[in-house]
Amino acid sequence: MDQAFFRVDDLSISFGGIRALEDIGFTMNKGEIFSVIGPNGAGKTTLFNCISGLYQPGRGDIVFKGCSITRKKPDVIARLGIARTFQNIELFSHMNTMENIMLGRHIHMKTGLFKGMFMWGKASSAGREEILHRERVEHIIDFLELQNVRDTFVGALPYGTQKLIELGRALALEPDLLLLDEPCAGMNSEEKQDMIFWIKDIQDELGISILLIEHDMKMVMDISDRVMAINFGKPITIGTPEEVQADEQVLKAYIGEGD
Amino acid sequence: MTDLIQMIVSGIATGSSYALMGLAMVIIYKTSEVPNFAQGEMALISSFFAMMLLTSFNLNVYLAFSLAFLFAAVLGCFLEFAVLRRAKEPNVLGMIVITIGIEMVILGFVSWKFGAEQKTMPFPIDPYDSLFIGDIFLKKLDILTLVSALVLMVVLFVFFRFSKLGLAMKATQQNSVAARIVGVRTNRILMVTWGISSLVGAVAGLLISPTIMHPYMMWDPMLKGFAAAVMGGMTSLPGAVVAAYMLGIIENLFGGYISIEFKTVVAFVIIVAVLCFKPSGLFARHYVKKV
Repeated sequence: MDQAFFRVDDLSISFGGIRALEDIGFTMNKGEIFSVIGPNGAGKTTLFNCISGLYQPGRGDIVFKGCSITRKKPDVIARLGIARTFQNIELFSHMNTMENIMLGRHIHMKTGLFKGMFMWGKASSAGREEILHRERVEHIIDFLELQNVRDTFVGALPYGTQKLIELGRALALEPDLLLLDEPCAGMNSEEKQDMIFWIKDIQDELGISILLIEHDMKMVMDISDRVMAINFGKPITIGTPEEVQADEQVLKAYIGEGD
Repeated sequence: MTDLIQMIVSGIATGSSYALMGLAMVIIYKTSEVPNFAQGEMALISSFFAMMLLTSFNLNVYLAFSLAFLFAAVLGCFLEFAVLRRAKEPNVLGMIVITIGIEMVILGFVSWKFGAEQKTMPFPIDPYDSLFIGDIFLKKLDILTLVSALVLMVVLFVFFRFSKLGLAMKATQQNSVAARIVGVRTNRILMVTWGISSLVGAVAGLLISPTIMHPYMMWDPMLKGFAAAVMGGMTSLPGAVVAAYMLGIIENLFGGYISIEFKTVVAFVIIVAVLCFKPSGLFARHYVKKV
């Protein structure tokens, strides 16, 4: 019996002749914040794309809550309980904040077309469902303090706010595992501090496990339970933040080799 | 004065079939940003299918039309699934060329199978059956077309605006990666879109065919419908409908007062003008990037 909450085994993918990932393997426990670090181009985002189903890995296995999700389609993976954000924001820019987060509820909406046509009043089953989803969305908007941009088109909002909305949309899926791809990129130090608190809250209050990609070393070392370093698509080391920080190969990967 | 009103009323009548074709094109464009040039021919083959059921199989009119609508919806889904989805690394231009290819294949097939001579569809309402309101003369078939266009517009508008599928369609168009990641089955959405669009087109085809039926019958309505969709901003259903009526009316007035020879050309002159002065269309809502 496979007891691991989330496990990646010998994952490899290549594009043409370039091996973007080679034999990546790690295990995550439930409730953990697990960070992936590595220089630019190391394959971190490629790893996320494989997990969320946007890329099809050539070899290896990804197991989530005891069932293999390798080469499954993105919508199936979303339904199983994995949500993600993107390094370069992927929002519905001609919709407002509320609608963007509402789309995160898509997999939970059960009312079909015909039932929806008979949504007469709040007491009908379709009406009750609509109210439930709206409550969840409002809750997320409150949680991330997005009230003042609730009805604004997201395309016109500042970068940091868009990142938050993307996080909100991912939370609306009510995932068990959340993949965050550089949530703090391009933020100032105050926004970063807020983001760190939110990530901590998501872990503590909502009990969601988090797989994190981040370049800000201070942040990674602060909030991660464990860290994996990769370079050129290959794993270098896995361990607690302190262990990884002390690892010689990690230092070499970041700073370069001395003569 | 009666002349003027008569011309406007006839313009609205012609505009209705443009409106239906415009709606059909907008639906596909809304989700995939591809103007579907096979729209007219998809409606064409559905109309000829209905004709075949009526004349060769002697089916009841209502049954034949219901089957034709079903055929149209399945045809739309099939074309998306079997042809467009197979395109490797598709871009918009490639997709447009594929739709033109589909258009020519269907046109060739219909000409070969059913012949190119003029026919008319047996229809419960005679196309020359008309009534008078005061001095204004109205064909009953035109009234039916007008009502169908307006009803479909309202139904589709409500559907896109308020249903879960409608929101998912909007999401697919705006960012298909993000749509997939929140669990929208974008492939299925595209397929359904093509089905609905083909169905709307078939309504236009079936309402045109009692008056005129030959392999090129959908050319003019399709091009004018496309023109109306462009004028309306390509993504707005009410926009396409209003623009279609405007085109119909202007065309008719132009034909009546200025030149009958250039009647069909005037629509395209209007489009050029609209695209010069308001390139996003008359009715598109756009957010303006501020940076």
